[in-house]
Amino acid sequence: MIELSLDILSWALFVAGGILVFAGALGVLRFPDFYTRLHAAGVTDTMGADLILLAMALQADDLSTVVKLLFIFFFLLMTSPVSTHAAAHAAFVGGLNPLTGRSLTYAKEGEGPQPYPYDAGRPPRVTLPEGARRG
Amino acid sequence: MLRYLATLAGRHLALILGLAGLWLLLSWYFDEATLLAFGAASVALTVWLTHHMGLLDREGVPTQIFPGVLGYLVWLTLEIGKANVLVTKEVLRPRLALSPKMIAVPAGQRTDLGRTIFGNSVTLTPGTVTVDVGKDRLVIHALTESLADEEGIAAMGAKVRRFDRLRGRLDAASDRGAEAS
Repeated sequence: MIELSLDILSWALFVAGGILVFAGALGVLRFPDFYTRLHAAGVTDTMGADLILLAMALQADDLSTVVKLLFIFFFLLMTSPVSTHAAAHAAFVGGLNPLTGRSLTYAKEGEGPQPYPYDAGRPPRVTLPEGARRG
Repeated sequence: MLRYLATLAGRHLALILGLAGLWLLLSWYFDEATLLAFGAASVALTVWLTHHMGLLDREGVPTQIFPGVLGYLVWLTLEIGKANVLVTKEVLRPRLALSPKMIAVPAGQRTDLGRTIFGNSVTLTPGTVTVDVGKDRLVIHALTESLADEEGIAAMGAKVRRFDRLRGRLDAASDRGAEAS
């Protein structure tokens, strides 16, 4: 009885996690620019991976496997925002303009928050050509 | 006894306990003396190296943020769940209705560690990504106008600020120990 309910629970978690991973991949394809795509990838990073790890923990035979899966859960939680921030920060400081507003137009030079002035010799902001945009 | 040791070398003790726990949980050897001895030796070597590299400070072994950070993690997990549902909805909308926005949110944390926790929490919540960290503010890219909720994000920063102390009970205890001796 307990085994059956654990199976049902882990099945539900697997399906939910799979849907979220799929939604993340779909978002990366559908969203219009680099910054918005990062958000879609974030869904896969956080809930998608975590739900699948929890589902696997429910299927594990012994406690040591569960503990190891929980460690993976924890380290994923600690490291994934660091890599996302590294990519986003590199784009922002490197001068990639984000699409903004409902009309999805590029922000003008000097509009919106600017990078923190840690160094002076920063390259100028770049705007991708119109054809490079999808959505 | 434990209290006395904590006043002498609290962060060393915390690191030893943490590493020993990690070793035991990952190896799952509880009754093999030779291997346990090797485990103890590797913990000792790591703590010795960390001590000599000068990493046993409030950033390397942040004992001062406990236990406040644990409640925060539970709250953050719920927030991440809610935000995931919102972003998944945006992805699955037949016609995309995004309104991305860059916002600057004040980050009044006392320490770099606190600002890092705040920035990473914002990134971990889908729909908002920290793109730049300044001395007193974060620049955040949000997926839609409604996710660019400056007050909500500032409230998260206030929660971080609550457990982001310069010194914890352990530091105070070691101060008292130093005064007594």
